[in-house]
Formats: sequence, C-alpha cells, structure tokens
Amino acid sequence: MSKTLIKLTDIDKSFGAASVLRKVSLQLDEGEIHCLAGENGSGKSTLIKIISGVYRHDAGRIELGGRHYPTLRPIDAIREGVQVIYQDFSLFPNLTVAENLALSDQVESGRAWVSWQRVEAIARESLALIGVDMDTSRLVEELPVSGKQLVAIARAVYCNARVIIMDEPTTTLTDREIASLFALIRRLKERGIATLFVSHKMREMLDITERITILRNGEKVAEGRTEDFDEAGITRAMTGRDIRSDRYVWNGVRSDPVLELRDFTRTGDFQGLNLSLYKGEIVGITGLLGSGRTELAETLFGLRNTRERPGGEKNSGKILRNGREIKVRSVSDAIAEGIAYVPEDRLTEGIFAEQPIERNLFANSYPRFKNALGLLDRAKLRELSSALIRAYNVVASNLKLPIRTLSGGNQQKVMLARWISTGAEVLLLNGPTVGVDVGARFEIYRKLREIAAGGVGILLFSDELQELISNCNRIFVINRGRFTHELDTGALQEDELSALLGLSLEEAIQ
Amino acid sequence: MNTLSKNRLFQRNEFWLLCLLIVLSLTVGAVNGAFWSANNLFSLFKSTIVTGIFALGVFLVIVSGGIDISFPAFAVFSFYITVKFLLSIKYTGTILLPFLMSMTFGACLGLVNALLLSSFQLAPLIVTLGTGSAVTGFLRAFVGTATLSNLPQPLIDFSRWNIYKKTLADGSIVSFSGAFLILLVLAILIHVMMKRTTLGRGIYAIGGDEVAAKRVGFNVKRLRLFVYSFTGALAGIAGIIHCSLIRLANPRDLEGAEMEVIAAVVLGGASLTGGKGSVAGTLLGVALIVLIKGSLILVGVPSDWQKVVIGLVLITATGLTAWRSRRSDEGGRA
Repeated sequence: MSKTLIKLTDIDKSFGAASVLRKVSLQLDEGEIHCLAGENGSGKSTLIKIISGVYRHDAGRIELGGRHYPTLRPIDAIREGVQVIYQDFSLFPNLTVAENLALSDQVESGRAWVSWQRVEAIARESLALIGVDMDTSRLVEELPVSGKQLVAIARAVYCNARVIIMDEPTTTLTDREIASLFALIRRLKERGIATLFVSHKMREMLDITERITILRNGEKVAEGRTEDFDEAGITRAMTGRDIRSDRYVWNGVRSDPVLELRDFTRTGDFQGLNLSLYKGEIVGITGLLGSGRTELAETLFGLRNTRERPGGEKNSGKILRNGREIKVRSVSDAIAEGIAYVPEDRLTEGIFAEQPIERNLFANSYPRFKNALGLLDRAKLRELSSALIRAYNVVASNLKLPIRTLSGGNQQKVMLARWISTGAEVLLLNGPTVGVDVGARFEIYRKLREIAAGGVGILLFSDELQELISNCNRIFVINRGRFTHELDTGALQEDELSALLGLSLEEAIQ
Repeated sequence: MNTLSKNRLFQRNEFWLLCLLIVLSLTVGAVNGAFWSANNLFSLFKSTIVTGIFALGVFLVIVSGGIDISFPAFAVFSFYITVKFLLSIKYTGTILLPFLMSMTFGACLGLVNALLLSSFQLAPLIVTLGTGSAVTGFLRAFVGTATLSNLPQPLIDFSRWNIYKKTLADGSIVSFSGAFLILLVLAILIHVMMKRTTLGRGIYAIGGDEVAAKRVGFNVKRLRLFVYSFTGALAGIAGIIHCSLIRLANPRDLEGAEMEVIAAVVLGGASLTGGKGSVAGTLLGVALIVLIKGSLILVGVPSDWQKVVIGLVLITATGLTAWRSRRSDEGGRA
C-alpha cells in the first residue's frame, strides 16, 4: 500500500465573483504518474497554484504527506516536497549549470560566502540523482530547451522533491527529447517520486500516465486509471461534447492547380519537390524536425532568402500560381501572389501580443481601408471586424483589448481571419494547433474545411499525425529534404503514417 | 576546472580587451616614444582612478539589470557640499571625515534612486535621469555655483600623497598618485564580493531573471537597495577624490561623464540586459578608454577625433561580442 502524498478534498476557489474551482478533489500517491487534463481555463493552473501554496483555497481540505494544512504557504509546500517546474523553468540564463543547481541551497542555508567546490559538488550530486551527465560549467542560456528542463528537474529532485509538477513539459521538445523525458520520469517513479503532469496532448497522457484527472469549467468531470480511457473518452470529458473526427473528403477536380511546385530546390534545405495543390484541397506535409518541413513553408512565404549558399546545390525549380510562374523573394511578393502564412510560433512570429485584437485582425490589410482622403475608414473597419469575429467564432469581450488576453485557440482564429479576409488563395499553416486546447482545435479544423470549401488551397505543415489524417485529403511525407511518400488519407491509419515517419514513440524510448 | 578555463581563455572578453590594450600601447609607443616615459604612464594611471571608481559602481548596477546615469550629479553634489561644509568649519583634521561625508551623501542619494525604483516600478533610466537632473539643479540653486579653489588642507594633502616620487635630472618631478591604491582596494573588494559571496551572486541572479531569483529565496528589493546605495557611495568617493586631485570644487564639473563611464563598462563586457560582466573586464574597459583619450594626442590625432575613436571602438568591440555569441549559439544548435 503506497503512501498518499497529496490529498485534496472538495476544493473551492473563486476570484471575486468568478468561481474558478468547485468541489475539486485530487489524490496523488507515492511514485504515481498522474495527468491533470483540461482545456485552457478549466482551472488546472489555479489548482496547481493551490497545491504549491501560491493561492489560498476558499473551502475544502488540503493534506500533504498526511498532514492537514488549513492554510498552505509556499514554504510548507516546499517542505512537503512539492516542486513545480514552470514552463519557463525559472532558471538563470546567465549563470552556469552548476550555480543554477546550487543557488537555492546557498540561499536557504544562509551562507554569506560561496564555496565553488561546494557548488560543484551539489551540481554533481543533483545530476547524479536523476542519472544525467552534463557539463556543469556551461551557461544555462547555451543549453537547448531539453537541457534546461533537465537542470530544472535536477534542481527539484535535489530539493527533496516527492512530487514534481510539470506544466506542459513537452510543448517545445522534439519526439526524441520527449522519449528521454518520459524515461526519466519513470526512473524517478522507481525512487518513489510522483509526477503530476499537466498536459492536453492525448498521446502523452495515454502513454506515460497511470491515472488521469480531468477538469472542465472548474469541476472534476472524470478520474480514473489511464487504461480505462481512450482518446474519444478524454476529449468528451474535457470538452463536454462528442467531437466526431470524421475525415476530410475532397470532391474537386484535378485541373488547374492553384499552386504547383516543379523540381523545387533550395540549397541545403530540400531538393526536387513536385507538388500540385488544387482548389479546395487540404494537403498535409509532415516530416521530422529538420526534414525540410518548416524550411519549405518559410521559403514559399518568402521568409528565407533565395541567395545560394557557397558549395551547395543550386536553387532551382519553379513555383506556379494558377499556371503562371512566380518568384517569391520576399514576404511582400508572397502576399501579392495571394499566399498567406500562419507560422508555427504564433506568439513570436504571428501576433502583435500587446496590440488590440482589431489591429491584429487588419495588420496586413490596412491599405484596403483607405477613404477618399487616404485616411482609414473607421466605420468600415468596425463593421468588418465584428463580422469577422462572428464568422470565426472568436470569443472576445472587447476588440480593443490586447490579443494576448485571448486563449491560444482564439488567437489562432484571429490569425486565420486576418489572412482569409485579404482574399488569399493559398494558405500555408505551420503547426496550427500547437498550444491550442481540444475544443478550440476542432473549431479551427472546422474553419479550415470551410475555408477550403470556399476555394482556397491549404498546405498543412504539422507533426500531429491524427490532425493530418483527419483533416487532409492527401499527405506528403518529407525526409531529408525530399518527398518520400504521397498518401491518400482515405483509409490511412495513424500507425502506418507513423511507421513511414520512423518515429514510433515506443521505439524511441527503448 | 583549470582545463576548462584554459579552453575558454580565447572566448573571454577580457582576453581580447587585454590584447587590444597591448596592441594599442605598442602602436602609440612606436609612433611616439614619449608614451613609455614614466611621466606619461603615471599620468595615465592617475586618469583611471576617478573613471575607474565610477565604473565599478555602474558595473554593479548594470549586472543587477539596471542602469544609473545620475552618478556624476551625485558625485558633484557630495563633494561640493562636503567641501563647502568643511570650509565653513575651517576643518583641519584627517582625510577620513571628508571621505566619509561625501560617501554618505552619495549613498543616501543612491538610496533615493532605489526607493523610487521599487515603490513606483519605474525604469531605472528614467528615475536616474530625473534624480540626476534634480540633484544638479538643487545644488546650483540652493548651495551655490561658485568654484571653490581654496580646498581644506586635508584634501590638498591627499592630492600630494604619492607612492613614488622622484625628481629627474632636468628638474621635473614624476610621481605616482597614492589614490590609485583606493581604486585597487575597491576593485579587489568588489571582485571578491561578486565572486565569493551570496550577496554578489544574488546581484548576478536578479540581473539574469528577477522572478527566478525571488523563487530561489533572494530578497530582490533589499538587493536592489544595496546596489544603488553602494553605487551612490562609490560616486561620493570618486567625487571627493576627483575634487582633491584637481584641487577644485566646481559645481559644473563632470557633466557628461556618465557616457564615458558606461562606455567603459560595456566595453569591459557587461551586458546592458544584466547578469553579465566582471570587475577585471570593467577595469580593462576603463584602461582602454583612458588610453585612447590620453594617447591619441601623442600620435597626432586632434582631440576632436578622440570621441570618434571612442565611439568606433565601442561599437566594434560590442559588435564583436554580439557576433561571437550569436555564432556560438548557432554552433550549439547544430
């Protein structure tokens, strides 16, 4: 019988009039790998902050390590071994790995002087605890994301963690890095350390966790052993509705492609790509990180310069739009040719986070709203913006608010509206649902189909296989810069596609 | 550890600064032999004292993630009031009181900076721009605008304090100012503080990531109070030394000194985004600026061109650092 580390019973929490958590219970035992699932705004983050003592609960009972805490302070949570690994890791980029690992001990022990031998010893010990070897003299800013995560985990374990809470730990990791993270979590489990995983990625939930607790609108809607759940069940619990994932069927005719690539080559990135995209098609392009997937998307939108690299193959081939050869040397070329792009990293490349929603909506189309004097026609802007917001189902209280106040899914819808309203005929989407929760995800899929039905050709660059299979009518697999397979999605199964990609997650772990 | 530091020698900013310093000295010396005369070298060292102490303070502030441009104003305020007060009581005691007084004025003004910063969450550039200007104005409006050339005796004695003094055959005197020792002691003190104490590591930590520093358990507010007061105190010390060495208390002195000092600190490898830099680098940066300013005359470069050269060196040196770090970033990703 394993010990219970965290026991929350009937927790209530509200901020002012808004009730965020209602009678939520959660139990976590020693060595358990538990997933806390839920859409954005379901109360996951609030619950974590209550467990770590950052927020006070209004009602209910908190027991950590068997002890009842009427008011839990952050220091109590830390003493009970609760360690939160934040999405930004909370590390010092300018300090070495060793110092990052040793600093909290240094402060806590109240030492005035720093012994660098001691720092190094603590660093070695911390890394040994999680069975990882790393150059401790490197600056943290020089490490890849996965390395930073390891440092954060090592620090947590060294601080006598009994429960490690990870907030969306896999968002920015490659598949291989995810596999080794999972292996590490399993090693920690053997030492009795429990992990509370906050995620909305299905595959991971089903893969690594033993128990799942699902929140929706501040209430616990499901809880149980992972093997009793399947994807559909989790989705239903998270969103509260049945979302059918019927496949996209394209009934158009293969004539006059809106976009055509002929022997398209960019030195060092991809070679000899041939592709025809027809009106109303949604064509998926998938491949591992570094396969040329993102490079192709960015080249088509003019984000990569067409200068040739010395010593490489020559850039060659053609891009045809509606049968006419075009050159895309810059983003403005692409836009002028009716090509639109929604980037992978929406936050840094796509949106103007602090700017109002309305300005984000029209960022690329202000010239169209000139009145006779060459000034902006405010009335026309207002009219169109509210029409677009309705058409794209964006949930926003006020269009004057900064776009960062919207959820990821709603931001993505604004991005789509921005491009389609400019009359683009070719839409390039790169990882359109990264960081978007399930409910909003399906709305985006529905919108994509509507856009395609309106005669737009869509290229969907993604590594989420289920997303590709259910939303594309064709999929190209790219590997080392070449298309290796062209597949019809009619009867395609996820494991077939996965095998072609050579990225079966189980394999990578072993 | 040793092998690592060896491998990294060539990556270190300090190494390249030292090379630049040597190359520049050799070039100037080759063009004009007078460069290597004791007289010239000693006067160069003397010029580093005040800029150097200012730079140590600015270094601290920049490492903590802030910036301070009020320090010349604080320095002038501190030494002018100190001198005026000492003259009024006809002070003849030791040099300790003038130093303590000027330092305390500086520290108090620095504390004002820190309090304004933390209570209103303002940008340090704006706060220190404001306090600097206010203090300068206050001094001239209420304390006086007269240049005082009859300093109290202890300050005159201090300016005559030399570690080395020799009368040459032609009757000229070469001397090495003892005030240089103060710069040296302060530099060692701050170096040890930054490298070996929790306080110093805390300053690096808040410059790296303030939120993370809070989570680790640092008292960010208190650290910031310390940094700005300490910088103010250093400004007070630099001020009284400056006034003693030039034997003049001029309330219009040191205007525009902040740019040169910040240039030296940045040249020394401190990053304006915080969390990076070293005392050794700072001193090398100061040496480079002083060398350029003091030696271009010797090679026949007109004085107006000094500013051009300093500007170019600053842009080139920081540009090189940025370029190197970007390149190593790309190397890390591949």
